[in-house]
Order: sequence, then C-alpha cells, then structure tokens
Amino acid sequence: MDFVYSDEQQMLRDAAIRYGGDTWSVTARTSNLGTNEQWPRQRWAEMAEMGWLMLAVPEARGGLGGSPADVMALAEGLGRNLVASPFVTNAVLVPALLADAGEAGDEVLAAIMAGTAQAAAGLIEPDAGYNAASVATVATLADGAYRLTGAKAHVEDGGDADWFVVSARTGGSAADREGISLFLVARDAPGLTVERFRSVDQHRHARLALTDVPATLVAPLDQALPTIEAAVDRAICAHLAEAVGSMEAATDATLEYLRTRQQFGVPIGSFQVLQHRAVDMTVFCEEARSITYWATLSLDHPRLERRRAVSAAKVRVGQAGLHVTRDAVQLHGGIGVCEELLVSHHLRRQMMLEFTHGTSDMHIGLFEAANRALLGQAA
Amino acid sequence: MNLDFDKADLAFRDEVREFFAGSIPEEWKTRVRAGLRLDPADLIAYQKRLAARGWGAPTWPKEFGGTGWNPTQQFIFWSEAARADAPMQFHQGLELIGPIIYTYGSPEQKAHYLPRIIQSDDWWCQGYSEPGAGSDLASLRTRAERVGDHYVLNGQKTWTSYAHVAQQMFVLARTSAETRRQDGISLLLVPMDAQGLRVRPIATMDEKHHTNEVFLDDVRIPLGNLVGEEGRGWTYGKVLLDRERMVAACNAIFLTQMARGIRRAAERKLGGVALIDRPIVAAKIAQFEIEVQALQAMVLRLMDEAARGADSGPRGSMVKLRWSQLMQSGMSLWLGAIGPEAAHFEALDGGPGHFDMPYALQGALYSRVTTIYGGSSEIQHNIIARRALGI
Repeated sequence: MDFVYSDEQQMLRDAAIRYGGDTWSVTARTSNLGTNEQWPRQRWAEMAEMGWLMLAVPEARGGLGGSPADVMALAEGLGRNLVASPFVTNAVLVPALLADAGEAGDEVLAAIMAGTAQAAAGLIEPDAGYNAASVATVATLADGAYRLTGAKAHVEDGGDADWFVVSARTGGSAADREGISLFLVARDAPGLTVERFRSVDQHRHARLALTDVPATLVAPLDQALPTIEAAVDRAICAHLAEAVGSMEAATDATLEYLRTRQQFGVPIGSFQVLQHRAVDMTVFCEEARSITYWATLSLDHPRLERRRAVSAAKVRVGQAGLHVTRDAVQLHGGIGVCEELLVSHHLRRQMMLEFTHGTSDMHIGLFEAANRALLGQAA
Repeated sequence: MNLDFDKADLAFRDEVREFFAGSIPEEWKTRVRAGLRLDPADLIAYQKRLAARGWGAPTWPKEFGGTGWNPTQQFIFWSEAARADAPMQFHQGLELIGPIIYTYGSPEQKAHYLPRIIQSDDWWCQGYSEPGAGSDLASLRTRAERVGDHYVLNGQKTWTSYAHVAQQMFVLARTSAETRRQDGISLLLVPMDAQGLRVRPIATMDEKHHTNEVFLDDVRIPLGNLVGEEGRGWTYGKVLLDRERMVAACNAIFLTQMARGIRRAAERKLGGVALIDRPIVAAKIAQFEIEVQALQAMVLRLMDEAARGADSGPRGSMVKLRWSQLMQSGMSLWLGAIGPEAAHFEALDGGPGHFDMPYALQGALYSRVTTIYGGSSEIQHNIIARRALGI
C-alpha cells in the first residue's frame, strides 16, 4: 500500500502547475477565452509539445503508456491553475474509447497526440440523462458501410472537435446493454449538424444531430458498452484529480486572503468563525484527495469494485468541490464573485464538473447498485 | 502508488480472518455495530483471548509484549475485526497509558504494568478532566503533595470513564505552582482501592453507566508511582499525539460495522417493500457509506504515512472530527430505519422488543458524546487551524 506520487509523477504535476501559472493567468483567460478562437488552439499546441496528450495512450499505439496515477498527477496539476483545455476528453476519454479500434483509430490518435486535431465523444442522448446504455441513435449497414441517424444531447469538450466517437445501436432496443457499438465520425461528414456552446468554465461543448452520417466502426460490434463505461470511469477519475487540484488552490487562496485582508484593524483570519470554516474546507480537500487516490487505484479492479469506488469518489469529490469553492467565494467577500480573481473561476469549474459524466445524485444510485451486487456476491 | 496488499499481507489477512471466523457471539453484534462498549466482563474475556494468541497489543512494539505489527498489518487486523463484528479493544490502558509507561516509565513500572494491561488484569481509567478543567485541561487544580515517601493527592476528577470498573487510574495533578500553567503538572498512577478515593457515578442520557466523578481526599501513593519526572506530566501527553492518529484510524475502520447495522435495520418491510428498496432511504444510506469510504481512504493515507514515519500534521484530528460526525449521522439513519418501535426503549412487562432495541437508541444517544470527548469538535477545529492553516 502506498499513496505517494513517484518522483516522475511529482515532476509531471509540478510542470502542469507551472504551465498553468505562467500561461493561464486570469487576465489571459478573461481576455481571450470565448472570443479569441486562436488562443485556445495555441495553448493546445503547447500541451502537445510537452507530451501530455500522449501520456495515457498505450505504448503499442505510439503513446507513453502512462498509468491512472500518472494521469492523476498531471490532471491535478492542470486543475491547480484551472487550465481550461479539453485535455481529459482528448487525452484520456477518447484514447480509452478507441482501445480496441485497431487501425481505424490510429489516424485520430496520432493527430490527438500531435495536437493537430481534437476529438470528443458523443455518448449521451436527449431525455436519457447520463445513461450511456440508453442509445436510440441507429447505425445501419449498407454496401459494407455504416450510416448513423439520431442525436447526441451533449458532447463534452466537443466544441473544437475534428472527430467524434459516437455510440449507436446495431442491435437490441433503446435501453438494452447489448447491441451498442462505437463509431468514428468526421466533423465535416455529410448529414452531421454540430451546434456549439460555451460553458461558464470556458469549456467548449457541442450537440449533434445525425442524418445518414457515414461512420467507421471502432469497437467490437454490439459489445461497446463495457468499453464506454470503463473509458468514462477513466475520464471521471482524471476530472476528480483536476477537481482536487482546483479546490486545494481555492483553499490556499482563501487562507492567504484570511491572513492578509484586514477589517476591524486585524487580519480577518483571527476570527474563529472564519478559522473553523477554513478548517472545514481543508478537511473536505483531504477527503477529496484521499478518495480520489482510492478510485484512481481501483480503475483496473473488477467492474463492480471499480464502479463502487469511482461513483463513491464522484459523489464525494463533487460535494467537496462545491462546498470548498462556494465557501472560498463567501470568505473572500465581494471580491470573491468578481471575474478578476481565480476563485470565482474555480467555483464555476466545480459547478460544471458536477455535471460532467453524471451528477452526484446519479452516482449515489450507481454506487448503491454496485454495493448491493457486491453484497449479493459475498452472501 | 498502489492499493494492493502483497502476498505476505494477504496471508496475514487470512490468518486473522480465520481467528475471528464464527467467534463473535450473536448477542454482541447489535451493541458493537451501534458503537457501544460491551460489558466489562465480556471485553476482558475478549482481551484475554487476543492476548493468548499474542495479539493483545496490536500497536505496541514487540519488546513490550506487543505484536510489532506495521501499519498495514494493523489496518488488516482492524478491518478483519470490524468485518467479523468483533468489538474494539478497550483503549485507556492499551493506547493511552501503556505507551506513556513504555516510553517514560521506570523499568519496574514497565515490568509490572505492561503485561497486566495486555492480559487485562488491570483496567485503567483516565483522571484528567476536572469540573473546572475540560477543554482547558491546563487549568486543572488537583494537587499532589510530596510527604515523606508518598504523594498525597487532593482534588476532584470528572468524566472518568469506567472508573467504577478500573483497578488503576492515571492522574494529572499539580506538584508545584509555576508561572506557566502547563508546568508543575505530574503524571501519577493511582490504584483505585487507595484509601480516600471515592467514585460517584454520573447518570447520562443514554442510561448506561460509563462515566463517573472521582474524589481524592488525602489519597497516599508511593513516590514510585510517579511516571517520568516530576512536573513534566503535561509533555508526556505528546507521545499520544502521534498515536492518536492510530486510535482515530481504528475507530474509523470500525464504522463499517455501523453501516451493516443500518442496512440490516433497513430490511424492515413497509407495505411489503423493504425500506432499503425505497430510493430515498437507499440514497441516504449510500451517502453515509460513501462518506465512510472517504474516511477510510483518509485512514489508508494516514497509515501509509505512519508506515513511512511521515508527519500527518493534524490529519488525526480530521479523522476524529469526521468519524464522530459519521457516528451521529449513522445512528440517526439506523433509528429512522427502526421506525415506530424506536419508542420501545425498555419493556415494562418483560416482553421482547424490537431486536435492535434498546442498543440502537442507546448508541444514538451515546454518539452525542463522541463530538465532545477526546477534544471536542470545536477544539479539533482549533487544533487544525493552528497546526495546518497558519492562521
């Protein structure tokens, strides 16, 4: 048992913290994000140059073959200064979805690793919440080629994607776990409509409408759901690490503020009521970090154990992140709600992370279901 | 970074699991799960059984009769004990005075007291708090005056848990008046049958006799009952600071028992549907278990730090804080699952009550004290603020 980053992981984390601090200042982000299309593209190229986009890709496919703990170290570092990039989607989620894609996925993976193209995943549909098994989009095979028709309600980080990995039904009916397959769709494919959205955390998302869109099969026919769930769990864990980095940064900023801000002639940190709230923030950070380690190290465990661990962590880190960043804003007072401090950006990111790959409420349900299945096994 | 036990750890786990298999009487289980202590006679028998196996002092070094287990082994031992619904060992001798004696005690004290703690021949109680010295312990006023070859103690202690059972009490008393309040305090070992020592029970809302007042009127004890140096008693508590993270860790590991108690109570059917199958109940229980899981992950980190000899900062305080909060929220859930029969605390005509009663309600009431004793939650907040936050 050990819970310590290796020297290499520590270096990875520190490099990401430095990069975020140097490049993603509040001024830079507020003056460029959302309006200047070029700015995030340049940042993306920088991240590729540092090799971060190839970290989680297996060596056999040209990547670095990094472990979940490696990804955790990097994502935590990126969260620290809130690097608002589609890193997790491109460099963790999509490579895991393409794990069994063979040659069909090589071009996309190579482009992601080089930073020359982006990809995102269309997995969830209108009126299905986050349930990846609820797939009504249909894939039909004609003349040896697949065409997809349907809709994807939300594509995380899909705003700048050149490729989409899309789930579609090749068998069964809308809620069956079997009969789901994964396809690769090009951004400029005929019949594909992409609507783009900016989120309050400056991530850029998409919604897809598909009408007879040509697509390439990239996972075992009818059997893609386990791959999707495993890939999403990897993405969740990377987001948890980002959330931990972000909430710890928000806490540190708050402590610094408590030490320096003077009211009534004394630093406000001398007030016990504020000290105790700061302690609660710190305890939440500790809980979040601990359970993130545990979930991350459970990623390669059997399915039910993995489900139980990842969902537990998703719930607790989500709750912790919201509590910590809400209180970070509160303890800063008026300046806390302003654009000019990173604290308000941390809150916005934590709010959005709560909605990424399932809310806490949904994961409480998944945790309980896995729990019962495990209790049943033990009995 | 890894979470997995190695081969030797797994073999040890099987050994411990086998030791506990089927050995815990059914009638202990509700009490244990509700965080209540068993009757002293049962706890003594349990301690003797562990001692016979060589496992009487899981956290002590070998040279003092302990197991010499590393933190991973301690974690495994406690996890398996919790899994089997075994009780927690009584901690006042094992975790509070024992380590002070083997760190600061005389060779005679070590030879006499330590084996008796492991064998549960002596039950120890802690004479620290006083009516005017609770969270502010340094304001204690009990005096120990050197008269010839004896100390003569006068004063009053309170919240002395299990004084009515104990053979020995470790006492903080003032041996001199110094300007700094923490100076001039000594640690003394007092036999409970000493002349002039009187125990009066304190009735508590859980209706279980676990705590007392202790009056010391001209109680004479030999000078040899002083631990370490005169006037240095306050500093000996520091050896506990490092150990208290292990006590907190152990407590937290045993919370899984409570989760089991809640789940069993929630199997109650209402209109043919088990409570646990109602989404609102299932969600609350799951939330509790998720928080327990987060705490367990904190504990794993703590044990890893202990294994590496790393400083945990105030993480022991954080675990105590969260553990006690979860004791309380867990017992509320449990009572909610029992429903109307939670009102049946005691049968007036001797008939059988609900199978979890009265222990579940007693546990719920007792849990209120967990955020008060051992440094209240507010004191823990102060400790964390001072040690970790630099504010």
